[in-house]
Amino acid sequence: MSRRRVSFSDGKQCKGGRRWSNPLVVLFVLCCVGCSICLLWGLEVYGILERKVRVRALGDEREKTLLDQYNLSKDRVQALALLISSLNQIGFYFISNLRYFLLLQGRFYECMSKSVADERLGSSLLQALREHHPEIDQSQDQQHWVSNKSLFYDQCPIQTDCMLVRSAQSSPRNEHMPDFIPQNIIPFTTNNDVICFKVCSGRENMSHEKVSVEIMQETHQFFPEPLLNILYLVIVEMVVFSMGFALGIFFKSSCQQFQQQKHYKPQNSKGRGKWSKKFLFLGVLLGLLVAVWIFLSMKADITERRKETLVNMCDERARMLQDQFNVSMNHVHALAILVSTFHHGKQPSAIDQKTFAEFTARTAFERPLMSGVAYALRVLHREREEFEKQHGWKIKKMKTEYQCLVKDDYNPEKLDPSPVQDEYAPVIFSQETVSHIVSIDMMSGKEDRENILRARANGKGVLTSPFNLLKSNHLGVVLTFAVYNTNLPANATPKERIEATVGYLGASFDVPSLVEKLLHQLASKHTIVVNLYDTTNVSAPIRMYGPDLASASEMHISNVDFGDPTHKHEMHCRFKHKPPPPWSAITTSLGVAVIVLLVGHIFHAALDRIEEVEDDYRQMRELKVRAEAADVAKSQFLATVSHEIRTPMNGVLGMLRMLMDTDLDATQEDFAMTAQSSGKALIALINEVLDQAKIESGRLELEAVPFDLRDILDNVLFLFSDKPQAKGIEMAVCVSQQVPDILIGDPGRFRQIITNLVGNSVKFTREGHIYVSVHLVEDAKSVKVGQCETLSGFHVVDKRKIWENFSMVKYSNEANDAVSLMVTVEDTGVGIPQDAQIRIFTPFMQADSSTSRTYGGTGLGLSISKCLVELMGGEIGFISKPGIGSTFSFTAVFRDRCKSSDDIKRHHSDPALSDFQGMRALVTDGRSIRAESTAYHLKRLGIHVHIAIDQDSAINTILDVCSNSGKERLDMVLVDKDAWGGGSGISFPRLLLERRKNGAVVHQESLPKMFLVATFLSPTEVHDLKSAGYVDSILKPLRLSMIAACIRKALGVGSKRQQLKGQPMALHKLLIGKNVLVVDDNAVNRKVAACALKKFGATVTCAHSGKEAIRMLQPPHNFDACFMDVQMPEMDGFEATRQIRLMEDRAKELINSGDASLEMYGNIAHWHVPILAMTADIIQATHEECLRCGMDDYVLKPFEEQQLYSAVARFFEFDVVDGVS
Amino acid sequence: MELHKLRRVYIEFAEIVFRDGFLDNQYTQLQQLQDESEPKFVLQVGTLFLEDSEKLLNELRSILDQQDVDFEKLDAFVRKLTGSSASIGAKRVKDVCMTFHDCCKKGSKEGCRKCLQQLAAEYRLVKRKLETLFKLETQILAAGGSVPLLSQ
Repeated sequence: MSRRRVSFSDGKQCKGGRRWSNPLVVLFVLCCVGCSICLLWGLEVYGILERKVRVRALGDEREKTLLDQYNLSKDRVQALALLISSLNQIGFYFISNLRYFLLLQGRFYECMSKSVADERLGSSLLQALREHHPEIDQSQDQQHWVSNKSLFYDQCPIQTDCMLVRSAQSSPRNEHMPDFIPQNIIPFTTNNDVICFKVCSGRENMSHEKVSVEIMQETHQFFPEPLLNILYLVIVEMVVFSMGFALGIFFKSSCQQFQQQKHYKPQNSKGRGKWSKKFLFLGVLLGLLVAVWIFLSMKADITERRKETLVNMCDERARMLQDQFNVSMNHVHALAILVSTFHHGKQPSAIDQKTFAEFTARTAFERPLMSGVAYALRVLHREREEFEKQHGWKIKKMKTEYQCLVKDDYNPEKLDPSPVQDEYAPVIFSQETVSHIVSIDMMSGKEDRENILRARANGKGVLTSPFNLLKSNHLGVVLTFAVYNTNLPANATPKERIEATVGYLGASFDVPSLVEKLLHQLASKHTIVVNLYDTTNVSAPIRMYGPDLASASEMHISNVDFGDPTHKHEMHCRFKHKPPPPWSAITTSLGVAVIVLLVGHIFHAALDRIEEVEDDYRQMRELKVRAEAADVAKSQFLATVSHEIRTPMNGVLGMLRMLMDTDLDATQEDFAMTAQSSGKALIALINEVLDQAKIESGRLELEAVPFDLRDILDNVLFLFSDKPQAKGIEMAVCVSQQVPDILIGDPGRFRQIITNLVGNSVKFTREGHIYVSVHLVEDAKSVKVGQCETLSGFHVVDKRKIWENFSMVKYSNEANDAVSLMVTVEDTGVGIPQDAQIRIFTPFMQADSSTSRTYGGTGLGLSISKCLVELMGGEIGFISKPGIGSTFSFTAVFRDRCKSSDDIKRHHSDPALSDFQGMRALVTDGRSIRAESTAYHLKRLGIHVHIAIDQDSAINTILDVCSNSGKERLDMVLVDKDAWGGGSGISFPRLLLERRKNGAVVHQESLPKMFLVATFLSPTEVHDLKSAGYVDSILKPLRLSMIAACIRKALGVGSKRQQLKGQPMALHKLLIGKNVLVVDDNAVNRKVAACALKKFGATVTCAHSGKEAIRMLQPPHNFDACFMDVQMPEMDGFEATRQIRLMEDRAKELINSGDASLEMYGNIAHWHVPILAMTADIIQATHEECLRCGMDDYVLKPFEEQQLYSAVARFFEFDVVDGVS
Repeated sequence: MELHKLRRVYIEFAEIVFRDGFLDNQYTQLQQLQDESEPKFVLQVGTLFLEDSEKLLNELRSILDQQDVDFEKLDAFVRKLTGSSASIGAKRVKDVCMTFHDCCKKGSKEGCRKCLQQLAAEYRLVKRKLETLFKLETQILAAGGSVPLLSQ
């Protein structure tokens, strides 16, 4: 028991644990999901920020580039202005100035559009340039312009340029201007300041806009890629998990179904557990793989982006470098053209060393990458002398192999004069920075010579390989342009070019400083390392810039085109620092892995728990099955054993009975009777146990046969009447008139219940009464509330309290023919102690252990009764108060015989009942309830009953009826012995007589018969009864048969009219006064038949043989009928009948022939006595056989009224009619 | 014994007799035939039956003791006994008589012997029952009561 309880509580805990674990799991999963979302979000933000920073850097870079380009152009315009100003005094052609300006303008325009600024900028510049023209005409705008200038000076350098140019071109020769200013720009002129502003702000805005657009795009690109991937993966993960889990659960449930169908298979569930665990393991593995995949993909992504960045930055740098270089080169080219134009194109030359030096020094800002420029004249050997003479110095030879931006102590005077050569290239003009190379023959240097030759052959800028510049000791290259005396066409041959060459313009580039400067302008210069290589010779590239470190980190190579096809340059970029660990990838994948593991753990724990609970459940089910089996086995054992005991016990009882039938003396008989009653008690006990066992094992089935409930109650009460009669306990039964006469149900079991309840009441009641009442459930509800009177005057408990607990009382909605009865057994016994009341219906439990000692019994009765009542579809309940009594009440559902059409067979009812139909009776009793009970029995007999409660009214009623006799009749008066107090009933007739004497009108005969109803009568009382004026006494408990017998005896109804009702009545009419001959050799049969016929009023004569019958039936005779036994010795019934018929025929013939007079045969011409065969065997005495030998019909022995009537009626009815007619 | 107790014992006893099938409904019908005109009718019939049966049994015995059993004669006696037992309602006697009758028809002497033995036993039993009942009835009548009607 305790074990069971423990396991039960375990189960409860399990349940509780499970109930709690579910929300926990959900919570945990939610947490995980939240964490991952946060993580992803953080990641995304981080990524975006990173991007943003990068993009911003890029944007800044571009902005800067733009600005640079712009500044460059601006510088160029400035330079032009400078040139113009320096040339102005010489009376320069403005047309060439303008051409040049145009050239620059186009260049600038190109540049601008190249570096993202739109044409508006260029056109606005033109606009600005054009502006000075109307301004001259309208000088009043000057102030306005100045204000504009001051306004935009800071923001808009173009304005400044415009102003500069304008001031420089303040000369009146401006009439050509409109020719080359596009007409479409004119509308802007009216609102110049606004345009300027537009240009400036537009530029600013534009770059910003562009940046932001870039960001947007990049964000868009970034967003869907890893984030969505991860999201998908997580979703896939979840789906895999849930699928695994669902699969596991599906397996489980299907296995469960399987189990239910096929009992257990423990390995099954284990296998199932293994399967789901395998699924779980797979899921976790998959999750981890996904995490790794996430890591790898994110890392790849990061690396890719890094590379991209590197490529971008590298390309950017390369392009910038290229651009700057190209710009510088272009300028040198421009310078070359300048020299060609102003030195060679002019006679005399417009340029001398001083002008050149000044101009180049002042335009040095235009060539930021050049350390210096110099112009060397082409001098053929034959012209050397003249040339040296003209300039006043000798052409000198270059001392070293390399181009020399010589050291400080370098003295060109010390150099040797150049050896004789075909031609020379002495430097005539030079920038201040390289003034030391004036007069040095450039052709003498190897590199320079090659350079010069190449430059003049193709007419383009030519670069040397990098070599160390002397002065700065930096690596550098020299750019050389050829200056032609004529304007050569673009497709001129090299030869033409060589011939046209007049000089060479050279410029040296300081590469390291160039790149350094460039990189300084750019943001994030610290993140990457830039190397510049000359890769003309692929196998041995010459490093031009950058630290010499061969780091293994990734590198990007961008080609740099410096405009010289013979030399190739490359830019190598690599990150300074090693790539940082991919933190985002690590955290993401770790997060995913952690989530996967956690979820896996949760599922694992859940699976474990489920398995555990299932194991418990299985165990419990097994235990339950075992317990049930044990219970069934116990019940079966009990049933078997009980049955086995009962068989020999019946033998013992049978023998005892036989023993009692022998001649025994008083002592022996007493012993035998004791033994028998003990045996009976044992059998009763065994029967009870058997019933209990049957009920428990569910084998008890109820019969459904018609029965008379009232009969059963009578019998049961009578069975128990012995003891109560001795104790003077009243016993009464009252059945409501609404209860049908015949019910269909199990009479035996109903009887058992009643017996149990009444038996208990009898056992525990010492004084007072036992009252059984039966009502329909519907009526029971309406029982009079104020009914405080009881049968014996003792207090009883309030039975209505029991009914409150009955559900049937509340809801009595039954099938059509169902009859719900409420049976109440009320007693005034010792009552049931309060503490025992709860276990009163438990098997083998009595109120307390002393009860069985005092009163005996097994304690099974009530438990069985309860089961039986429940089987009958009812409920049982009780209420009890110690010292006052107990009331048991139960409901039961039966079927109404009359309403159910399937069973029409008429129940055998007491034939005596109809005798009393229409009689009238008066019941006088001081207690109405007792009177009701008495009246109930009389009513059953069909007697009309009046009830008179008090003595006077009773006497008055009697006297009233008697005085006007004939009108109303009173057949009997029933007086209770204790009607108005103990024994007071006995004196009632005397009172009546006294009253009558006073009245003195009533005849003795007209007085109704008086009956005394008593619980107990002493012999003296019995003796005095007659003298007291009573006809008879009826002992309680009243029974229908007893009352009927008493009344019958007293009124003489029975002697004459017994068994007369319906057909018997008719039979009586038919047979009365008839002479009947009974022929039977069997004395017993003869006597019985005779007696039976006599009862029906016939005069019976007996004959003991066929021969005697023949003799007696010799006509003439006065017999109206003959009942003849078929089987008789000597002559059987058939033979005798044949003989008799022969005799009758003979008599007929004699009469007809006139041989015998009619008188001789009693005036009957046609003699035919009805002869009916009597037989016990219906097969032998078939109708045909009877008819063949002249019999009229047959009746079965022993006589049955119905059959007798039908047989007899055929003859006597006809006779009656005959007689009448 | 007091009257009501006598009646109780009578009823109880009669119930047992009826339940065990010694007597059947016919007996109660006989009882109902009994009235003041013939107050000892049942007693008379009963006594008659017992005497008659005694004789018949003797007859049957004597016939069966013979070397050549006259089965027709035997059957006639059996029939007689069947009739009288049926009249008085001695059900078990009647039942054995039926079996006896079958045996006679078959001509099985052994069967008849067995039936006769059974019959004798049943007769003894029913005789005791009847005698006890009659004794009780007499006592009840002597005590001034009426014989309770047995309902079956």
